[in-house]
Amino acid sequence: MSAVTINEGSLQDIMNQSETAPVTPIETVSKPRPTPLLQTERGKALIEAMGKALRAALPPLIGIFLFILLWQIVSASGGEHGLPGPAKTWASAQQLFADPFYDNGPNDKGIGWNILHSLYRVGVGFGLAALAGIPLGFMIGRFKFLSGMTAPIISLLRPVSPLAWLPIGLYVFKETEPASLWVIFISSIWPIILNTAAGVARVPQDYLNVARVLNLSEWKVFTKILFPSVLPHLMTGIRLSIGVAWLVIVAAEMLTGGTGLGFWVWDEWNNLNVEHIIIAIFIVGIVGLLLEQGLILLAKRFNYE
Amino acid sequence: MDKFLQIENAEMVFDTKKGKFIALTNVNLSVAQGEFISLIGHSGCGKSTLLNLVAGLLDPSSGVLLLSDREIKGPGPDRAVVFQNHSLLPWLSCFGNVYLAVEKVFGGKEAKKQLKARTQAALELVGLAHAMHKLPSEISGGMKQRVGIARALAMEPKVLLMDEPFGALDALTRAGLQDELMRIVTETQATVLMVTHDVDEAVLLSDRIVMMTNGPSATIGEVLAVDLPRPRDRLALADDPRYHQLRGRVLEFLYQRQMKRAA
Repeated sequence: MSAVTINEGSLQDIMNQSETAPVTPIETVSKPRPTPLLQTERGKALIEAMGKALRAALPPLIGIFLFILLWQIVSASGGEHGLPGPAKTWASAQQLFADPFYDNGPNDKGIGWNILHSLYRVGVGFGLAALAGIPLGFMIGRFKFLSGMTAPIISLLRPVSPLAWLPIGLYVFKETEPASLWVIFISSIWPIILNTAAGVARVPQDYLNVARVLNLSEWKVFTKILFPSVLPHLMTGIRLSIGVAWLVIVAAEMLTGGTGLGFWVWDEWNNLNVEHIIIAIFIVGIVGLLLEQGLILLAKRFNYE
Repeated sequence: MDKFLQIENAEMVFDTKKGKFIALTNVNLSVAQGEFISLIGHSGCGKSTLLNLVAGLLDPSSGVLLLSDREIKGPGPDRAVVFQNHSLLPWLSCFGNVYLAVEKVFGGKEAKKQLKARTQAALELVGLAHAMHKLPSEISGGMKQRVGIARALAMEPKVLLMDEPFGALDALTRAGLQDELMRIVTETQATVLMVTHDVDEAVLLSDRIVMMTNGPSATIGEVLAVDLPRPRDRLALADDPRYHQLRGRVLEFLYQRQMKRAA
């Protein structure tokens, strides 16, 4: 208790000092000097926290440094026609991101546009998958019969490589844009269905007993018990789905062309602009990481335990 | 005696992988309105099964259960259950959990304002007005169990069913909640059926203690009337020879006549 009081007192002193010192510099000399920030309890805690953060950041920083070093060695060992090194790639990236949103016709757009196009396709394809997959997952989880009915089909179709669906999409839709959306849809729907169904099947019996004792209506059971209980599983499904969709979109765009990161990679390959290909790999990785982390953050919001 | 809750020849048989398992057989019990009944017995004696039969969460294989002369068919809010593990919905606040029950029972005939007042009153009854808007994960185990009791009481059930309500709590918290339950039951005149394996709890709270034989094919072995005057005070009872005599009778039943052989 007393430690807290002292701590608050000294903090007060610090705050007073920093507020008054610049206005009346002469007076501070006559006043007893308050404890310097770094010697107070709070200051020590601050130093400790900074040390902890440093220790936590050190291994990743060393890892990144070694990776760049390795990259440099590999590129240097290739001589004239080796891979572009980190410095060259960085310079190229700076140039590329100086004007990300230019538009010189259908096959020459800024990198920003290409990223947005890919994200848009992932969004639409995944959105459609969620629209179909979430209700289907709920029904499969709730009704054993339906689960038995769909199990063989899902087990058969789930392991199919996403790009194998592309010709079907091209044949049915006769156009590349809906075909690539179709590929996203069909490859990202499985994690949503399976995780939702597993979540529904795992709703604790206790909660369902509460619903039974209260005689809750099916709608109330859904909104007050099933849905909130399944939500964490659903979020996992969504995270996996978007992960898959982001993996697939680059490959699909390589084949369908037009716009998007995948197309850009292929286009730069045709131009033999290897720096841009390396940059594209980093962009795909970073955007994928951001999507994943964002969804993990969102999922935390729905964890009640 | 006024037969408010009647159990006649109830039998419960479960189908298991190893064949039929007779959990309960030939169970007969009448409970008067306002009575506090404890079901006590060794684990596996089917006391929770009997409670679930009254709750309607299980259907008897044979026999009849009647509440106010009507057959019990399926669960319903007239038989509120306080579950052992509180079973609060973790995404609803304490208020939300109780309100869900209140809304279901009284929503058809009362305005929202009255429903909210009922919810608040139930939480005040268990001394939780201050924690109303907290989530279950933010309160202690004893408080969660209080919310469970508030939820059950707020439904104004004909019978309050409690399945080892204080089993998961530490001794001090348990004693506090037992005292509070006694006060609430006196205030609300509730009819209570409580499963317990705590002899002191059974003697302190009950009007009658129903002692069950060991399973399989468990049944009621003996019913002990607890004629200690109310209100009961746990400290005064500690020196009361009648209390010790009753306690001794239950212990004798459990540990001599129904001694559970170590497996």
